[in-house]
Amino acid sequence: MTAATLAAPNVAPLPVPPPGPSFGAFVAAAAASGQLVVQPRMGFGDPRRMRAGLERTKSAVATTVGTLTIDSYTRVGDHAAARAALTEGTPLNGYPIATHSAELTRGLLAGVLDAGFPVQVRHGSSRPEAIVRALAAAGLDATEGGPVSYCLPYGRTPLAESVDNWARCCELLATLVPAARVPHLESFGGCMLGQLCPPGLLVAISLLEGMFFVRHGIRSVSLSYAQQTDPAQDAEAVRALRRLAGEFLPPDVDRHVVLYTYMGVFPHTGRGATRLLEASARLAVSAGAQRLIVKTAAEARRIPTVLENVRALETAAATAALTAPPREPAQPADSEVYREARAFVEAVLELGEDLGRALRTAFARGVLDVPYCLHPDNAGRSRSFVDAAGRLRWSQTGAMPVAPYAPPGGRAMAPVRSMTSDGLLAALGRVARRYDDAADSAPRTEPETEPEPEPESETGPATAAAGPGGARSPA
Amino acid sequence: MNILLTGTASDSHTWNLVYLQLLLEELGHPVRNLGPCVTGELLTGACAAEEPGLVVISSVNGHGYRDGLSAVRALRGAGFTLPVVIGGKLGVAGTADPEQRRRLLDAGCDAVFDDGDVNALRAFLTSLDAAAAARAVA
Repeated sequence: MTAATLAAPNVAPLPVPPPGPSFGAFVAAAAASGQLVVQPRMGFGDPRRMRAGLERTKSAVATTVGTLTIDSYTRVGDHAAARAALTEGTPLNGYPIATHSAELTRGLLAGVLDAGFPVQVRHGSSRPEAIVRALAAAGLDATEGGPVSYCLPYGRTPLAESVDNWARCCELLATLVPAARVPHLESFGGCMLGQLCPPGLLVAISLLEGMFFVRHGIRSVSLSYAQQTDPAQDAEAVRALRRLAGEFLPPDVDRHVVLYTYMGVFPHTGRGATRLLEASARLAVSAGAQRLIVKTAAEARRIPTVLENVRALETAAATAALTAPPREPAQPADSEVYREARAFVEAVLELGEDLGRALRTAFARGVLDVPYCLHPDNAGRSRSFVDAAGRLRWSQTGAMPVAPYAPPGGRAMAPVRSMTSDGLLAALGRVARRYDDAADSAPRTEPETEPEPEPESETGPATAAAGPGGARSPA
Repeated sequence: MNILLTGTASDSHTWNLVYLQLLLEELGHPVRNLGPCVTGELLTGACAAEEPGLVVISSVNGHGYRDGLSAVRALRGAGFTLPVVIGGKLGVAGTADPEQRRRLLDAGCDAVFDDGDVNALRAFLTSLDAAAAARAVA
């Protein structure tokens, strides 16, 4: 089966781009009416299945936006492999937007994409030009990524090249999207490797990427944060992100905060997975995020089905509806996460006017240093751990402008033992264990197991039982 | 035994590689970790430069059967005869596929490990060490 032989869904090709609000305006309108926007990670190589996924997302009992997650051949720019996989009938782990024709993708979106249902392209590429051109040609205007967050955790592209690519693609997106609509870019900086990165650094990277987008012509951005190990620390992080956005982004730039449900090793029990998802929805509302990207109970084992995604969206929306919105103090206190994030941001901005160059210098000097990141342009001198209370802490900070954790009382930490393979698994699996245990040894649920090509382009760490394995995703 | 550890061409995941590096080092083997998104060219180049005793390929993105096949064919096509093993979440279905596994073995993989089967990997390393010791004695 090839793209050429696939009939477009039963709608007229080449529809006019939808009128009305773009991605950022849709989220702002939902927030103004007290609704948390929920969004799946979802991508299939087969356009008919992709269409069905969007339709089901749209009709879910929730305020939703749609997602086209791109396959990993397209992500790495190997369009020949994407085409070959379509020809062979090998299931792809996402929608190959640069391989399917613009007409096919417009047909896929026609009648689904509209002012009440924006669709975002999620991909994970450090070389996103073909994807940006394809999404604009298909009548879309929203995507995500960033020069750091889609480079360091995701491959081998030199950071300098990724910075150049992303600068060009911001400008390309701003140019290609018709004036009636507002292109939107979300920083993926709040995820990085998904786990074990202390929140101050995640918040700083996401903010810096948002500033980078704005300097390259984007006027509507979202800043991200991925749920980590401790609810109180996570709430600090979301609030810090909102506050720093207010302090560092130009006031006329549209912005919101998007929370990612936990991106690490997911609970194995259905009940544990649901509780973790519900916790993320409560966190999103109570800390003031405007959008949530969900995960499903199937996540620990395989790619979720459309139905599982819809259930996750509806569960998150129901929980959000029962959660009280934040009560903000007039003068917010400087939380630990805020202070750390601000130290990172200021240290990078001191490195020069050109933010792309400053980011490169920051990583070259280890001023920003992502723990456990294997990329050659990451200094690799920082290390982190989860403390007894569950907060993520620095054990080694290399050249970063923050200090290793010293417990209250002022005594420095005992020298940190080097991380072992068992210690790493224990740290990576901590959240899964906590939610599985809290699920009171509920029977392990096996949702219907129709294998489907892949949603999700984000980081998937090793499973608790990992060998060479780990949670699968196309990244 | 020096081990060359690698991800596959389209797979950007790294926790699996961070974990395996720690595990293999704890078992006494020096590890060169090539990281994610390793092309056939990069892999064969590293093999030529490092002369490892074993290549361990890890993939978790669902493209492992296809990308693993390309990787092992690149190594065998370049004339490398060293042991090559692969493991992880190799397909999109969440279960091992015997037919795809056979293709990997036919293409020159010495072992295909299911996701999480660390014991099988340990046993394979022990058997390699034993074979090397036997050769040394002989």
